[in-house]
Amino acid sequence: MASHDHANDHAHDHDHEHHVENFWTKYIFSQDHKMIGKQFLITGMFMGIVGVFMSMLFRLQLAWPDQKFAILETFLGKWAPEGQMDPNMYLALVTIHGTIMVFFVLTAGLSGTFSNLLIPLQIGARDMASGFLNMLSYWFFAASSVIMLVSLFVETGPASGGWTIYPPLSALPQAMPGSGTGMTLWLVSMTLFIAGSLLGSLNYIVTIINLRTKGMAMTRLPLTIWAFLVTAILGVLSFPVLLSAALLLMFDRLLGTSFYLSDIMVAGEMLHNEGGSPVLYEHLFWFLGHPEVYIILLPALGITSEVIATNARKPIFGYRAMIGSILAIAFLSFIVWGHHMFITGMNPFLGSVFTFTTLLIAIPSAVKAFNYITTLWKGNLQFTPAMLFSVGLVSTFVAGGLTGIILGDSALDINVHDTYFVVAHFHIVMGLSAIFGMFAGVYHWFPKMYRRMMNKTLGYWHFWLTFVSAYGVFFPMHFTGLAGLPRRYYSNAEFPIFDELQDINVIISMFAILGGIAQLIFIFNFFYSMWRGPKAPQNPWKSNTLEWTTPVEHIHGNWPGALPEVHRWAYDYSKPGYDEDFVPQTTPLKDGEVAH
Amino acid sequence: MTGLMMVVVLFLAVFAAAQIMRIYELSVKVRQEEEYVVTDKDNSNQGRLMLLFGIGLIVAFFWMVAAWDKLALPKPASLHGVQIDQLWDISMGLIVVMFLIVQPILFWFAYKYRGKKGNKAIFYAHNDKLEFAWTIVPAIALAVLIIYGLTTWSNTMNPTTDDEPMVVEVYAQQFKWTARYAGEDNTLGYANVRLIQGANTLGVDTNHVNSGDDFIATEIHLPVGKPVVFKFRSQDVIHSAYFPHFRAQMNCVPGMETHFQFTPTVTTAEMRQDPNVIGKVERINAIRSAKGLELYEYDYILLCNKICGSAHYNMQMNVIVETQAEYDAWVKEQKTISETL
Repeated sequence: MASHDHANDHAHDHDHEHHVENFWTKYIFSQDHKMIGKQFLITGMFMGIVGVFMSMLFRLQLAWPDQKFAILETFLGKWAPEGQMDPNMYLALVTIHGTIMVFFVLTAGLSGTFSNLLIPLQIGARDMASGFLNMLSYWFFAASSVIMLVSLFVETGPASGGWTIYPPLSALPQAMPGSGTGMTLWLVSMTLFIAGSLLGSLNYIVTIINLRTKGMAMTRLPLTIWAFLVTAILGVLSFPVLLSAALLLMFDRLLGTSFYLSDIMVAGEMLHNEGGSPVLYEHLFWFLGHPEVYIILLPALGITSEVIATNARKPIFGYRAMIGSILAIAFLSFIVWGHHMFITGMNPFLGSVFTFTTLLIAIPSAVKAFNYITTLWKGNLQFTPAMLFSVGLVSTFVAGGLTGIILGDSALDINVHDTYFVVAHFHIVMGLSAIFGMFAGVYHWFPKMYRRMMNKTLGYWHFWLTFVSAYGVFFPMHFTGLAGLPRRYYSNAEFPIFDELQDINVIISMFAILGGIAQLIFIFNFFYSMWRGPKAPQNPWKSNTLEWTTPVEHIHGNWPGALPEVHRWAYDYSKPGYDEDFVPQTTPLKDGEVAH
Repeated sequence: MTGLMMVVVLFLAVFAAAQIMRIYELSVKVRQEEEYVVTDKDNSNQGRLMLLFGIGLIVAFFWMVAAWDKLALPKPASLHGVQIDQLWDISMGLIVVMFLIVQPILFWFAYKYRGKKGNKAIFYAHNDKLEFAWTIVPAIALAVLIIYGLTTWSNTMNPTTDDEPMVVEVYAQQFKWTARYAGEDNTLGYANVRLIQGANTLGVDTNHVNSGDDFIATEIHLPVGKPVVFKFRSQDVIHSAYFPHFRAQMNCVPGMETHFQFTPTVTTAEMRQDPNVIGKVERINAIRSAKGLELYEYDYILLCNKICGSAHYNMQMNVIVETQAEYDAWVKEQKTISETL
């Protein structure tokens, strides 16, 4: 295989590079995929802390709107005079919470971390196809994170028009304070983010296609790699569309164009703009926005496939069906964006088409869920913290996916669109599932990243507190949604009809605070184990995949000698004819042995 | 100073926790192997917790349904709303059944197949018949839902009625709603935000042939049983006109006109006599009187359901459905645009 030769060349090269490594090239401007993966993880975790903390602040407001909290004034300053949150700050918090969680944590933090760490290790490559582009991809992301955080401190506040930033609200500084400088910074930040994401995605695709080691056929790839590949393809095809939407919005804001604006009078001022349409923006946004959901979810599902198979000590059930369903989901994800727009004034016939394509997604999703459950059946389940989070993911994927059947149906969407029923749906199916997948990945591959083991008992506490509070937060939201409560309301007190929902809001907020505090256990465990955790053995989970054949100590180029050769798929767990319950991919088939 | 103290205390707390961890790990190591190794006892405990959680989830689900089902919106007050609610019940029934089947199986398997030393999992990599079954069964169920859903959608968005629908414009701006009735000719006069001037806050072209008999109202009144088509306009940003009790919603988009048609079937007075609504109002008023707030009387509402700015949470208008006679009396009191502008 041609790629094999190339990889050997690279091994030769790296001898020359090796001696020039210093602090800056090793930790900061690293071109090593393992270090870049860790950079993504740490940055993503930091952004995650910010995003989750914001949700705790606005949950305080929602549960106890009349109460004054000193903590709000401490953190929000002039936006919470005497501890009473300003409505504009409430909107800013939900906006930035959404932006950070969707893009910075669950796109860059999840995909960036594990695609970088695992792609070369699991396909048997020395590094990514382009280490330099990979480094750039991280630094674009880092710059965009800094700008997003800086936007929190501008005079008029950060972007506040919801994470979807629909114009004209986001285009007009007169419409709300957050649409001033904060919005400009949001757009600049996202532009850099998209550039970084594209560099990363292109690199992942090229690496997976070209740099697989000898014997690593596409049909022997671990499902993680399949998920990362399809995710990267989705990103490459859809992120540029968001970029164009953002650029046009910037033109409207700064240059006086009218792509999204027409016939507007705001704050007593008649604008000159004519002929544009906000619906155009919605189409462009959701053309990314919907694939984005799967950009977030697929890596988590890939990680879960790997973790469940390893810890059930069983092959993943229906390997080919799993690949097929990933591809089917990816394809469908491009033709369903209109289900976010049933009631925007779009032609109802289009609504019919999008209902049809949307409900079809339930089929490959069902296949995935059933295959996970069948993988557990008659397994020998090893409940590592990673395994617990993976089982949790299957539960939330099912619970949240099912309500998608309601929301994807245009006729039913009419009355729950933009209510808390939607908030419950997407947080469970996408937010929780993806974050659980991310936690599973961290617990599972921590030894590969930091050469030490995380503490299991703290992992158990972390999982159970998180799992219980996650359902405690989002399950009750279905009921407030069914009562017609719209999302993004600063307070429900203006509508007597919502008075009886306040008890539920209090329950939700208490679980949210519990869930937030539970993350401290994880953060402590993470940093404690990074420096003080017990030393990791080479293959702590008795796994088949190639990353566990590398030495525990990181070396540039991953394998000290020649690259490993692959002889079988990644899922020969508990295969009859072997004493051990795992058979690494590097083990040749015995005489007469049938490949799975 | 307190800030510094906080930092010191936090630092010491983390340090103490790290030391406790260290001691804990060493103590485990004395007894057995490394702490991170999953033992039979761990598997057994975690498997049991999984089962417990599964049971807890199902119990909590039924508890929530029992406790909070009454909070849901009351019966639909429109013709198409009845159809939507039927489709809702069928879809919801289906997904609840799936939820109640799949979640228990998941947690049961997690418990049942918890690992033990010496056990070996079976090698079971694929089964085409099973894969086929859980592709085709959801496909059939979804085909039914899609066909039913699209029929309902089509009936909702393209209703056929014997009467010509009454035309009402709903005009959105930060942060209030205004209604404009088409008047006797049932045709709205031309309007554009560019024509806004002084008292003419909706930008109606007063010279237009259809505008003279239009009238503007701060409440929506509708005669029961008569189809009404709402035409939506927005002055500034996107708003969403959400009529939850009628199962109707449509965005109001600056620069274009959108519309939604429905037929109200239950008058406000009748709805106030509905047992669910009576219960709701009693519960709400118990809360409000405890807080010393004004008591509440049930009304249909129109609210904004698309983030539109700082007072988005308080953009509302009452909707009153009444008999034709009551409606006619109300219309008589209204002043037309030719009289006011």
